[in-house]
Parts: sequence; C-alpha cells; structure tokens
Amino acid sequence: MSSGISRADVEHLAGLARIELSDAELDRLAVDLPAILEHVAVVQRAAGDDVPAMSHPLPVDNVFRADEVRPSLTPEEALSGAPESDQQRFGVPKILGED
Amino acid sequence: MSELTRLSADQAAQAIAAGETSSVELTQALLDRIEAVDGAINAFLHVDADGALAAAKASDEQRASGATSYLSGVPIAVKDVFTTVGQPTTCGSKILEGWIPPYDATVVAKLRAAGLPILGKTNMDEFAMGSSTEHSAYGPTRNPWDTDRIPGGSGGGSAAAVAAFEAPLALGTDTGGSIRQPGAVTGTVGVKPTYGGVSRYGLVAMASSLDQAGPVTRTVLDAALLHEVIAGHDPMDSTSIDAPVPAVVAAARRADVKGLRIGLVRELQGSVESGGGFQAGVQARFDDAVGLLTDAGAEVVEVSCPSFVHGIAAYYLVMPSEASSNLARFDAMRYGLRVGPEGVDDPSAEQVMAASRDAGFGDEVKRRIILGTYALSSGYYDAYYGSAQKVRTLIARDFAAAFEQVDLLVSPTSPVTAWPLGEKSDDPLAMYLADVATIPANLAGVPGLSLPVGLADEDQMPVGLQFLAPAMADDRLYNAAAALEGLLEDRWGGRLLDQAPVLEGAR
Repeated sequence: MSSGISRADVEHLAGLARIELSDAELDRLAVDLPAILEHVAVVQRAAGDDVPAMSHPLPVDNVFRADEVRPSLTPEEALSGAPESDQQRFGVPKILGED
Repeated sequence: MSELTRLSADQAAQAIAAGETSSVELTQALLDRIEAVDGAINAFLHVDADGALAAAKASDEQRASGATSYLSGVPIAVKDVFTTVGQPTTCGSKILEGWIPPYDATVVAKLRAAGLPILGKTNMDEFAMGSSTEHSAYGPTRNPWDTDRIPGGSGGGSAAAVAAFEAPLALGTDTGGSIRQPGAVTGTVGVKPTYGGVSRYGLVAMASSLDQAGPVTRTVLDAALLHEVIAGHDPMDSTSIDAPVPAVVAAARRADVKGLRIGLVRELQGSVESGGGFQAGVQARFDDAVGLLTDAGAEVVEVSCPSFVHGIAAYYLVMPSEASSNLARFDAMRYGLRVGPEGVDDPSAEQVMAASRDAGFGDEVKRRIILGTYALSSGYYDAYYGSAQKVRTLIARDFAAAFEQVDLLVSPTSPVTAWPLGEKSDDPLAMYLADVATIPANLAGVPGLSLPVGLADEDQMPVGLQFLAPAMADDRLYNAAAALEGLLEDRWGGRLLDQAPVLEGAR
C-alpha cells in the first residue's frame, strides 16, 4: 500500500485528533508523515496471514476488585486542576452550536 | 564536592544505619549539589527542598525510634511523568505546566512509605516521546560527560541527575528504551523490569502496553535495592502481575556468571565498518565486555532473532496508536492548559479543545498523535496497526525460541554514543533508529538492564551493554550485570563515572 498521505489528509487527521494545526505545521507534517510511513510500511510484508496479532505482552483478562467503598478524591481535590469550576462542577465552554 | 554525594545508595544506607551521617545531612548535601551544578545540566524541572528535608527528618526520627526500610533516608529523583502530591507533574509539556496532581502514583507512594526523600522531578522528552530530552518544553538536559551532548531520552533528566551526583537514585519509565538508552549514554545503570512487574498507576500513559517504570542508578546493586521497593502487585493497575517479585537483590549480591548461557543477538551487533549498525567504539567495548563474561565462565553463543529488524517499524505504529488514544485525555476541560481560538467569540468546547491542544503540545507529540490517528483510522487499521501487532507476535516468538537455548541475551544498548545537541532534533527517523536494540524488549514485555562497559575510543563517551531475560526472570539480569560490573571495575580500578569530568561550579 502506498503511503500517499496528502496535506489535506493531514488536515483531516488533525481534525479527528482535535488539534488546530497552523499552516506551517500542516506543511511540515505533510513531509514528515509520508517519510515515516514509508519506513514503517515494512510491517505489511513481515508477517503472513497465519500470524496472530498481539495487542499486549500479558494475557489480558478482566480484572475485578471487591465492590467496597473506599476513600476517593474530595470535590476540591478533583477540581483542583480545573481551568474553570463552579459549584463543585467543571466549567466548560458550550457543547452545542447556535444553529 | 561533598563525599556524601558520591556514595552509592547502598553505601549511603549503610552510613546512615551506622550513624556516620544522617538523612538530613545527606539530603542537604544533594540539594547543595543540585544548586551548584543543575544550572549547567538542567536535570530537574522542580526541586522540592522543603519536602525532601522534611521527609529526611522524618526518616531520621523514625530510625531513632525503631525499624526502618533499608533505603530509608536515601534521597531519590523522580521523572516528571509520575504523579506527585505537592509537586508539579508536567511530563515536560506546556499542556500540564504547573499541574499539581491530587494523588500519588503507586510507586511514589511506595517511595514515601519506605522513607525515601523525593528531591524533585526530572526533565524528559515531552510525554516521553524522544531519545534525547531535547523535546522537553522546558529546555534540554545536558550530558554530564559533555554538556554539548544529549543525555539520551526520554529519561535524560533522571540519568543525568544520577550521573552528575545530584541523586544516588532516580525513577524512570521505559516505553522503547527511555530508561536503558539514557543509562547507556550517561554511563549509568538503567532497568526496565518485566511488563507488569511495577505498577503503572499514576504514571501518565504514553503507550499502555509498552510503558514500564524502573530504576535509574549508578550501580547494579542500587538498582536492585530500588527495584524491590517499587515492584509488586498493585490492585490499581489491571496489568500488574500478581506474583512474588523476583529476588533481585539476592541476585545482585550473588554476581556469578559461571555456567550461564548467554546469547549474542546476531541482528543486534556489528560495527558500521563491518556492515552492521553500531558505532565502532560501541562495538569494541561490547566485544571487550563479552570477553570478560566468557573469561568468567559464561558460555557465550550466537543466537538469531530474525524479526528484531522489524522492531522499529512495528514500534512506531503501536506506540503512536496507543499514544494518540491516551493523549485524548488532554482536552482542556478538567485540568491542564485551556486557551481559546483566536478571533472566535464564544467558542465551542471543541474549538477550545483543538486550540488548547495546538498550543499545549510540542511538534513531536503532534507528529505521533497524527501518525497514530492515521494508523488506527478506518481503512488503514489492518495495513498498519494490525500488521504491527503481527510483528509483535513474531518478536515475542523470537525471544521464546532464544530463551530455549540461553539464559540471557546480550547486545549493545544503543548503537551510538551521546550525540551533539541538535544533531538529530529535526530528523525524526534518525532519532527513532537510536532505539533499535531496546525496542524488542518492550514489544515482548521482557525485562532489560543496561550497564556501562567503558568509553568509546573515538569520542571518550560512555557505552552501555544490555542484558535481556525472560519475563519474570529479572533476577538473571541483576546477577549477570553485577558480575560484569565487578569485572569491569577491577579493570578500571574504580567506577566508570570516576572518569567523568568535574562540572563547572562544583569544585
């Protein structure tokens, strides 16, 4: 598979990743990313179809703990790093647009 | 320089126990050392003199009234990727500038419980993304052997702090080599324990299936002593291994390679001149060290791990994919930087999020988030992330086959010695190649240890050798490394760091 990733593709990906990139950053990444992808694309030929995927070094199972009440952060602690808070709540910009 | 600052952690613990010094005296000596030399090194992002001295005083008082842990009172520096109550945790990023976490990482809580004063937080590549510590938003850390060179990364701050005698112990994290490679290029010891051997709770995640915390020290025994303090099962980390910690301190004290079978990884050696990828002086010091192991009775054989050559490619898909997901938490809503987009009245949460992430993240972080977003996106997932996961299986199989033949594997830790600041900072691919020897262990979850084996002839900079062991056989690393360390120090007539230059302002 070619790694033909265009400047427009980078802009789309940045939108998905919620990063407002500047024009200079888009120009730069439109050069960097194809070069990196060309290098890592070797993985596509390294393993046959019969090789299973490995997501994790350990067998990952659900891990449960006893359902017991224990100390947790106070509201003040939980909000201590908040850019904005009000009445024990996180203050955030509007979620929905006007239209 | 105060002689106290040159003590190993083991020596310091014994001196405190014998009443020859106190934790307060030792901690003050290290704080004075930091004051004197850290302007030139920039290993620390934050120094907590009051907190460290208070913990030292508490340790001294506890010792006066009864039992304490072995390392109680011996100060430590902590990589700025671990959450610490009362000290900022920035991960080297502007997006977390000034953030004081409301909880301690499990390993930090263990340090406090064991009575180790925390001197401060060490510099790192932003969110542990880099091999040089030049990607910190707070300026690069410099290598104590030559302050015009990089200290490795991402944990360059922890390695430099230990190498510059600003702390006898430090904590690091290793996702693709971030403990071992800085150890190699600064002439110090660094250990990546078995994945799951040390809790990740409170460790700001880059790549959750690869990240592992571990010791950064000047001696193998010190690393083992710290390993025992921080390791063990943690119910707060679902990937924590519920099994006894390997007997690493006993192994470091045993230090005997007689009869051990050690495998040279064919794919991870060879000087550039002979067609391999390793700097001549790195290969030469490595060959010397392997000779010492053979002379001491180890049986050294060559083994092949053919899929290791695809390790970097697989890693630079798996890691950015996981990082792009993990770093989604920096959304400007609950903590961290929030800035509004320029020229927008009454912006939406999404616009604020995108503007904040642009302002808060550095270039390498953005590069990896975008790369990971691409590798995970519909239509490309199977070709990139899926293929990389298959390579991961092949690498794990290579390790399994190798460990049927040998007890331990060995390779140079880094293909090159510390390079000049700025040399690779604009070339991400060149930087990524520095991780060739360290990445396979992370992909497979096996433990690795780097120790100094001498100076390269061409630049007089430190060279590291890496041992690799099967999962949960971390003790084998310490046994072999302590043996090799002893053989090398007999030859040198002291420690390698005794040959490091005296830093300005520290006479």
